Amino acid sequence: MNARQAILDKLQQSSLKRIGDGDVIPDRPGFQVMQRERKSNAQLSQQFENMMAKVKGEVIRVPQEELESRLNAIIEAKAIKTLLLSPESPYKASFSGLLDEVRIYDKAIESWKEALFNDIDAAITSTLGGIAETGTLVLWPSVSEPRLMSLVPPIHIAILYESQMQPTFWHFMHHHNWSEGMPTNALLISGPSKTADIEQTLAYGVHGPKELVIVLVEE
Amino acid sequence: MPVHHFIPEEPLVESLTDALSTPLKLYPTKPEKVYVFGTCLVDLFYPEAGMSGVVLLEHAGVEVLFPQDQTCCGQPAYTSGYKEEARLVALAQMSIFGEDYPIVVPSGSCGGMMKTHYPRLFEGTEHHQQALDFSERIYELTDFLVHVCDLSLEDKGERTKIALHTSCSSRREMKTTDSGKLLLGQLKNVALVEPKKVTECCGFGGAFSVRHSEISSAMVKDKVMHLSNTKADAFLSSDCGCLMNIKGAAEKDKSALTLRRGEHLLSFVARRAGLIADGVEV
Amino acid sequence: MSTTTGSFQQRSDVAIQDKKLRANFLSAMDGLMEKRDLAFDDKTQLEALRILGAQVRQNALVKLPELLVELETKLTQRGVQVHWAQTPDEAVDIIQSITLKEKAQKIIKGKSMVSEEIHLNDKMEQVGVTCLESDLGEYIVQLAKETPSHIVMPAIHKNTAEIADLLHEKTGIERKEDALYMTEQARQQLRKNFMEADIGLSGVNFAVAETGTLCLVENEGNGRLTTTVPKTHIAIMGIEKVVEKLEDTAPLLSLLTRSATGQPITTYFNMISGPRKENELDGPETVHLVLLDHGRTQMYQDDELLDTLRCIRCAACMNHCPVYTRIGGHAYGFTYPGPIGKILMPHLEGLDDTQSLPTASSLCGACAEVCPVKIPIPDLLVRLREEANHPNPQDSYIKGAGIKRHGMEPVLWSMWRWWHQRGTRYHIMTSMLTKLHFLQPSKLAPWTNKRTLPKMAKKSFHQQMKARTDRLKKGALR
Repeated sequence: MNARQAILDKLQQSSLKRIGDGDVIPDRPGFQVMQRERKSNAQLSQQFENMMAKVKGEVIRVPQEELESRLNAIIEAKAIKTLLLSPESPYKASFSGLLDEVRIYDKAIESWKEALFNDIDAAITSTLGGIAETGTLVLWPSVSEPRLMSLVPPIHIAILYESQMQPTFWHFMHHHNWSEGMPTNALLISGPSKTADIEQTLAYGVHGPKELVIVLVEE
Repeated sequence: MPVHHFIPEEPLVESLTDALSTPLKLYPTKPEKVYVFGTCLVDLFYPEAGMSGVVLLEHAGVEVLFPQDQTCCGQPAYTSGYKEEARLVALAQMSIFGEDYPIVVPSGSCGGMMKTHYPRLFEGTEHHQQALDFSERIYELTDFLVHVCDLSLEDKGERTKIALHTSCSSRREMKTTDSGKLLLGQLKNVALVEPKKVTECCGFGGAFSVRHSEISSAMVKDKVMHLSNTKADAFLSSDCGCLMNIKGAAEKDKSALTLRRGEHLLSFVARRAGLIADGVEV
Repeated sequence: MSTTTGSFQQRSDVAIQDKKLRANFLSAMDGLMEKRDLAFDDKTQLEALRILGAQVRQNALVKLPELLVELETKLTQRGVQVHWAQTPDEAVDIIQSITLKEKAQKIIKGKSMVSEEIHLNDKMEQVGVTCLESDLGEYIVQLAKETPSHIVMPAIHKNTAEIADLLHEKTGIERKEDALYMTEQARQQLRKNFMEADIGLSGVNFAVAETGTLCLVENEGNGRLTTTVPKTHIAIMGIEKVVEKLEDTAPLLSLLTRSATGQPITTYFNMISGPRKENELDGPETVHLVLLDHGRTQMYQDDELLDTLRCIRCAACMNHCPVYTRIGGHAYGFTYPGPIGKILMPHLEGLDDTQSLPTASSLCGACAEVCPVKIPIPDLLVRLREEANHPNPQDSYIKGAGIKRHGMEPVLWSMWRWWHQRGTRYHIMTSMLTKLHFLQPSKLAPWTNKRTLPKMAKKSFHQQMKARTDRLKKGALR
């Protein structure tokens, strides 16, 4: 008998009261405790900003029409020389004056791993939205915005629209019907990478980005 | 524009909630009579604590019944993993408190055994329902005095500073953390100080203190230190196990002189109220 | 298999004398307890959330075989290869054969307690494959040739100075007692390894049957690199880690991070639902999931033991345990230390090898009080003590049941029972004891090594009450 069958048999032969044994086990627990009072987008984004600040996430509020110019200002302020962008990024042309190089993530990682790990200063990605209560960005990496964009470069610049804010992760997944199907990778990101493994001393920028800049677009 | 937040339609499933949540603590109205369950440690080592409890109950106008056939709640065997032995002794206790009066216990630990562990001990046996009914009648004596009896006390003692150790079973099983504080609060010359790490176990744990004596000793050493650091004149506990452990360690530890004056909370209260003097009823 | 030598008794006796070790644990645990307390500022909400957490886990467990099959089906549809292992050896075999097939030389690892459980690093070393830990705490522990002493903070037993010595000695970096400097150095050392590794191996915090999603909780980003950069990803998990719906992860994540480190959420919550798709530019080309039993089906045999499987590995029980704080994680001698280890390891390794674990508790209940999924740990400790003393081991499905039922102890308890079962017998015994109170020994080791003995009463409470009742009857009093 193979391991799979042996394990399933042992589970099924258990004497404990399981579903199907009558009315012992209810269908699903209630999630009332997850519900929140209704808040405006402005309130939610303020909460998001407060929580992000606690984990060293840098939130920059930007009106929609100034987005491009403010991104330019960030690049200049952070002295970014090599920037990684999605092939679908609308800003490809606009930054070129400031930078030594704009790299486009348009080929498989295997062909340029070294360069990605060693040469890129920063990457700009979009986000699916934000979670107010925990100060969290939600990302669905895709063909045009692969997973490593938000992970390998030392600075991650994420563009977040204030309208895409939800109070909790639970609200977010329901609002976007995630149970209908998930992408190969989905991410919640709450601040730059960190560790406290050395005597509980907090140190930022361990394996992932050292800085997380959130450009919060107010519409 | 306010966003629409997902609200689920499914109802809260009550049955599982009930099974996993802690029930509310309910108290009866003051009865005419109560049973006292003395516990074996009180019986052999701290009879004065038991007597003080009896006197305090009577002072509050409650008649005390003490069935002489009672012995031990069964906890030593239960926590040592001798379930059958514990069961037989527990069964003997359950059969001697015939009338439907509350059963009050001058110990959080023995009370905890009878209140929270008897149902588990008898699960799957013909006595399960009996154990459930019995457990509902169990009260910790201090808690009973404070929340059921309308006890009022006059403090006849000198000014003193006291540290109170609340046992883990009082705190976590009997949920009577505040009872001792409330009772002592009636004594106007008693100042109560709280030691650091007040919620941490003193390290007694019955057979644990012998089986893992080094760990237990390290725990009680810290407990003595925290109690001693309060500079209290004495410490109190309403659990004889903790009392025996902490006082025993304090007596051996030369740095903790004042803690040698540790005693059972009930003995202290009855004496201060002038109900007991030199171990004898007044 | 025990991770260190000697008995629990010997190890804990040594650990308790180690002043530095005790100071390291005391300050770390005090900090973690405070952080957790602050993270759950609303105690009413905490209680409601704990109930939901327990319900969500319980719900998954009662449907466990069905959910495992659903998980397997969904993951297979998404291109993940699912493997089943009953024992650590089977799990190691599976991983070794994947390694062989991929011609892999080097595995980079994210933090995984299940991989510790199967002693994967040693087993892979034996076939010439290097496993490199990438979580900073695990990396430190690996350099020191030790095992984790805590399931969330593996190197918590070491202070900054000890880590500075270790990193200087093993990696040649400058010796600086500076956590930021050392963290940066580790980043540099490990980056190359993420690029070079053939396989990334990780654990799983929750596996969602509904969507076929493996969820990983972490702060450092090493978990994401491990599961994204190498061309093969192997995830390993205990079979109990499955949950029914995606939404079940929301309360569990919130409980996990706040209970563990007091964080409202960790930096990363990484949800993986399959290997790289065509056209995608990164992510592993192959993803494997190894489902491990290793004693879990034993815990599944009745309603009481089942509660053990609710655990989400937050470590709050050990952070709040007065025993763990004083002896540290290594003294337990097994993969999972602390209260959860005491109720888990007997199932993984058998009561015969772990018989001291369930007794090493004062049953103070601090663990159960903070458990985010309301596991009644003290009751389960008592249950395992009962199993170790089982009078009819053949009726028990616990490996090693009845192991402690030998020698004088059962006889003594039988005598104890006999004395206490009848009031009359008890009276004879206690009146004898009180009459002979002056014979009470002043030394009774080990109790009196550190404590005095209380004096036995001249008249027992029973006797005093009897006399009092008689007096009252005669109207002598008042």
